[in-house]
Amino acid sequence: MNLEKYLKVYKQFLHTSLASELEYKTNILVDLITAILSLIGSIFLLSIFFQNNGSIGGWEFEQALIIQGIYTILNGITNTWFNPNLTEIVKHIREGTLDFVLLKPIDSQFFISLKKINPSGFLEIILGICLLLFCIRINEINLNISFLTLTLITITCSISILYSLWFFISTTTIWFVKTWNATEVLRSFLYIGRFPLNSFSFSLRIFFSVFIPIAFITTIPSEVFLGLSQLWKIFLEVIVATVFLITSRNFWLFALKFYSSASS
Amino acid sequence: MISNLINSKLFTLLKVQYSNMLEYRVEIALWAISGIIPFFMLNIWTNNNLNESINISDVMLSRYFLCAFFVRQFSVVWVVFSFEEDSLMGKVSPYLIQPLNPFFRYFAQHLAEQITRFPFALIIAFFFFIFNPESIWIPNLGILFLSIVSTFLSFLIQFLIQSIVACLCFWTERASSIERLLFIPTLFLSGLLAPVVSFPTYIKSWIYLTPFPYLIDFPANLLSGNETNISGGLTMQILWIFLLFPLFKKIWSEGTKKYTAMGS
Repeated sequence: MNLEKYLKVYKQFLHTSLASELEYKTNILVDLITAILSLIGSIFLLSIFFQNNGSIGGWEFEQALIIQGIYTILNGITNTWFNPNLTEIVKHIREGTLDFVLLKPIDSQFFISLKKINPSGFLEIILGICLLLFCIRINEINLNISFLTLTLITITCSISILYSLWFFISTTTIWFVKTWNATEVLRSFLYIGRFPLNSFSFSLRIFFSVFIPIAFITTIPSEVFLGLSQLWKIFLEVIVATVFLITSRNFWLFALKFYSSASS
Repeated sequence: MISNLINSKLFTLLKVQYSNMLEYRVEIALWAISGIIPFFMLNIWTNNNLNESINISDVMLSRYFLCAFFVRQFSVVWVVFSFEEDSLMGKVSPYLIQPLNPFFRYFAQHLAEQITRFPFALIIAFFFFIFNPESIWIPNLGILFLSIVSTFLSFLIQFLIQSIVACLCFWTERASSIERLLFIPTLFLSGLLAPVVSFPTYIKSWIYLTPFPYLIDFPANLLSGNETNISGGLTMQILWIFLLFPLFKKIWSEGTKKYTAMGS
């Protein structure tokens, strides 16, 4: 009953935001070119790294492409759902329109996390999947059910971690009002996810596994993809993702206690 | 007499914008932090000994990336985003009535932001030197002066390109997606992520004819003391400015003719 209601509401969200985004058709074309160029650019950068080296941090070029593929998919998801919605939180709080969201008979986190959608991110997701399919061929990976389920589980966990990170930072807006730039900082850190974690020095590796778990976001799914990952790493990723999701949820509820609407 | 008037106008604008920017210190600090990608790249380069193949020592490469960070800090341009917002909100109309091209306002905004950003960039450089004490160096005054000039020229080139894109707002409502498209070659070809010397020859053969290597690679090489063609680089920078400026003037006058205020 409840789920049904949320599904119905989400359908409406999809409808309205797609309708408004499709107003800008050339914009979507430009975004398509941007996504393709950006992928070409990062493969170009990788090829520079590999032009005189056989492997970087134990990853060969063909294997590093998998990380690119997964990064592209996750970036597409970020651009489709997280970015348009969570930058909206800042606006809601600054202009005091969060009041209207809170008054609705629907979960506020659901509303602000899924209200908008940016269809041009889909193109990136498709590009990333194409790259992954290509990687399956060149790395001669044989597909079977356990491989597919493990890959799906780890990617779902990555998405949850990524969402929690974005949501966490956007929530801090309730205190700081202008955290639009904090998401920009997060974005630049996430950029590291394009490269295998082992290619960084030890201290940075620790930083990127503990403080900003980029290791969990792209490297572990890629290892699973190659069939290299140990089971404990996958378990750890599931645990980290759950902790992140629960914490970000609680943090939101906690932050709402401090929310005083505009002019109060 | 007339130049005096313009000077005082610019000076007032700068003063106003500087006090405005000082209000948002945290925001600007976060912007500064989000520019640390070159350091991560440096980490990949030195940690995997990739620089041996391009004959740059660890120390020179770390200086290069530090300078790339600095040049990027003082050549960040976002005029298209401000202009897009102003034109969508209808704020451009009152600006157009004033006897001053509104781009002066944005120009002063950028300069003021750079002044505010300067201490934060210094703090980041300070931390960089704590971790890499061997890369401390003091460039001589002449080189320092020339690299400040070339950084400013790089800023001017980017400002002009973005202003041209911003003027497209007169025709389409979302010019910022074009800017995002242009940002991709800027990111990968300017030398922010990898010095241009490391590029494969088939790219190096034509890249020096484009404006990209003069945005970051040239000033960073100049400041860090890496090998570079000083007079050639400065000439190309000035040439590009002379090419772009008339284009901007043209598109501006065409655009303002086309412009219709909200409700007309």
